[in-house]
Amino acid sequence: MRISDMHGEFFLQGNYACAEAAISAGCRFFGAYPITPASEIAERMSYRLPQLDGVFVQFEDEIASMASILGASWAGVKSMTATSGPGISLMLENIGLGMMMETPCVVVNVQRGSPSTGLPTSWGQSDMMQARWGSHGDYGSIALCPKSPQEYFDLTIKAFNFSEKYRLPVFIMADAVVGHMTEKVVIPPSEELELIERKYTNKKGDQYKPYECCDDEFVPDFAKAGDGHLYHSTGLTHNEKGYPDMSVETHIKLVNRLINKIRDNSEEIILLEKRDIDDADVIVISYGITSRTVIPAIEKAKKKGIKIGYLRLITVWPFPEKLILELSKKVAGFVVAELNMGQVALEVDRCAKYCTTKWLPHPGGGMHSQSEIIKAIEEVAHAK
Amino acid sequence: MKYWEKPFGREKPQVFQGSINIFKDRCKGCGFCIEFCPNNVLDFSNEFNKKGYHPPEIIFTKKCTYCGLCESICPDSAIFVIREEVK
Amino acid sequence: MQNNAAHHPMEKYLRMDRMPHIWCSSCGLGTIVNSFMKGIKNAGIDTNKVAVVSGIGCTGRVAGYIKLDSYHTTHGRAIPFASGLKLANRDLTVAVISGDGDLFAIGGNHLIHAARRNVDMNVICVNNFIYGMTGGQNAPTTPLGAYSSTAPYGNYEQPFNLVGVAAAAGASYVARWTALHFHRLTDTIKEMAKKKGFCFLEVVSPCSTVFARKNKGGTGLDILREYKDRSIIDHEADPQKIPLGMNGEIICGVFINEDRPTFWENVQKGIEKRVVKTKNYKVIKNRESVV
Repeated sequence: MRISDMHGEFFLQGNYACAEAAISAGCRFFGAYPITPASEIAERMSYRLPQLDGVFVQFEDEIASMASILGASWAGVKSMTATSGPGISLMLENIGLGMMMETPCVVVNVQRGSPSTGLPTSWGQSDMMQARWGSHGDYGSIALCPKSPQEYFDLTIKAFNFSEKYRLPVFIMADAVVGHMTEKVVIPPSEELELIERKYTNKKGDQYKPYECCDDEFVPDFAKAGDGHLYHSTGLTHNEKGYPDMSVETHIKLVNRLINKIRDNSEEIILLEKRDIDDADVIVISYGITSRTVIPAIEKAKKKGIKIGYLRLITVWPFPEKLILELSKKVAGFVVAELNMGQVALEVDRCAKYCTTKWLPHPGGGMHSQSEIIKAIEEVAHAK
Repeated sequence: MKYWEKPFGREKPQVFQGSINIFKDRCKGCGFCIEFCPNNVLDFSNEFNKKGYHPPEIIFTKKCTYCGLCESICPDSAIFVIREEVK
Repeated sequence: MQNNAAHHPMEKYLRMDRMPHIWCSSCGLGTIVNSFMKGIKNAGIDTNKVAVVSGIGCTGRVAGYIKLDSYHTTHGRAIPFASGLKLANRDLTVAVISGDGDLFAIGGNHLIHAARRNVDMNVICVNNFIYGMTGGQNAPTTPLGAYSSTAPYGNYEQPFNLVGVAAAAGASYVARWTALHFHRLTDTIKEMAKKKGFCFLEVVSPCSTVFARKNKGGTGLDILREYKDRSIIDHEADPQKIPLGMNGEIICGVFINEDRPTFWENVQKGIEKRVVKTKNYKVIKNRESVV
């Protein structure tokens, strides 16, 4: 068996599944900094990457590990880093640079209870808005939320595909439970994986402009360092040539493109799991680990005769605004269960113009009880 | 007069020819080339360039050995020399 | 003898469509950029395989004027970005050109760790003793007693001795020149481009607009004259014992030139050892064959 061809059924920890997925997706550079509960990804990568002629470096801080994966990406190598909330706070500076320079890479956030050092060994989902608006300025962002090690594996591959296709750092918003959970993970053979590779330019030398797009596209072609294009890339507002350009027109054009490349392709990026949402009175929205407590609660509530739908956001950003708006016309209300004080509930509230939104906040470190969820569902159903 | 031995060095001093090229409008008037020219070939001119600086002008062409020091020190790539060796 | 139709020999190494550059009159950065490109040219390296990474600040703009693959990154993060670039593609020659504030204040941690790790890169730190771009605030190199925008009563912090810090952190090559020593600068850059390991070069450079104005230093030309008087070349000097002050000697030279195994060489060694230990362990050399 070739090492890269590690495939079959495994009993794997979530973080290991993520590392294996990255390797299967072709990631060959990992910038690490240890942090609970994401350290296992770095540990696994430090073992696996040297086997595959990849590069594993443990840097001096998260700032450096994030900056280094941007550099590695510009050298043409798929790259990734993994951290938790405090690390993400440090990385956001360079994530912003990655957004501005349109650098493909993957950032795994194994969330813990926050703010600050918070609950290092417990879980939470309180970095959701950080994945959307964390770095200063406006940009389109992609965040994927796995609920099990298997999905952690699948979404890591998806994250690499999205990052290569749309040229931006993509977030995987796992949490400590999914990261440390050990479950069956099926790793398909490498030839069965659907991988999207970076689109390199076929222009030669000076003809290549690093940020030039065709009219109907938002994503420019890539050129890696050392290919003879001698291009410039900057975190400043830049024109098509990559040169700093402080004019308002350039800035409007650039920022709009950074947002629109995600917004206009959101239908392709948004992944959802829907159950019985068409004739539901109440829809419970959740994502990540929370969805695993929501499902049994729904089953119990259904026995009481309430029509309940279940919507799980696999892609949290970009947010399924249109779908929520359409559903709000039909249902009595949404119940949003999440392990933060209402970050996505606020977003649902914004989009659900025709119905109520019941928040079910929890600061993390624990889980919603089923009775809590059932009570919320009943409240919304009876208010109709 | 006859030498018993041939003297060290060349019989004739080496003469260089070439050209000094100044891009007047690139100049920011720092005066580095004028100050550090070993033979004081350059000086500020009285004219203004389009940025409002006084670019250098050549005052002693004959003294120039076309060493290229002004080219190396110019921060604005506003001056360069071409050296041709005369045999 | 003026021939404006002719081309300046550096034109093909600079982004002439961006000229004139933003640096003030009598700033040393233009000279340093010229020397850098000459050094790279003299080293005989394929310029397609050279990448330059800069941080933020006056010196951070260097990347935008050099006609190489160039990256203008966030404040202080040029070195980790360059580490990623270099380690992911070991064929590249990677140079970091940035200022003293960028590399030693906000990026100080990255610099000492890259030196400790001995990543194969060339770091050129242009030291103008002040934060120029933001308007002359105190820098980690501002000499004791010097005035700056945020030190109106004189600086009361002990400055860093940059070559001392780099040497202590374990750099393989440590040198210092001033912007006046452009020929030696060119030679040093040529040497650094060919050398393996973490190479550090400090270039003392005049800032006429803020540092000299705050400290009655005159114009950039006056500062260069001062460098001419103050600088002494001593390759044998101990980099720990040659701090820079407002007055006194500027000891220049190549202080350390050692060969230490680089980060990547050590990684390779580690893998080889492991291969001997476990026979089943297979290293796949060709990246394309994987996946």
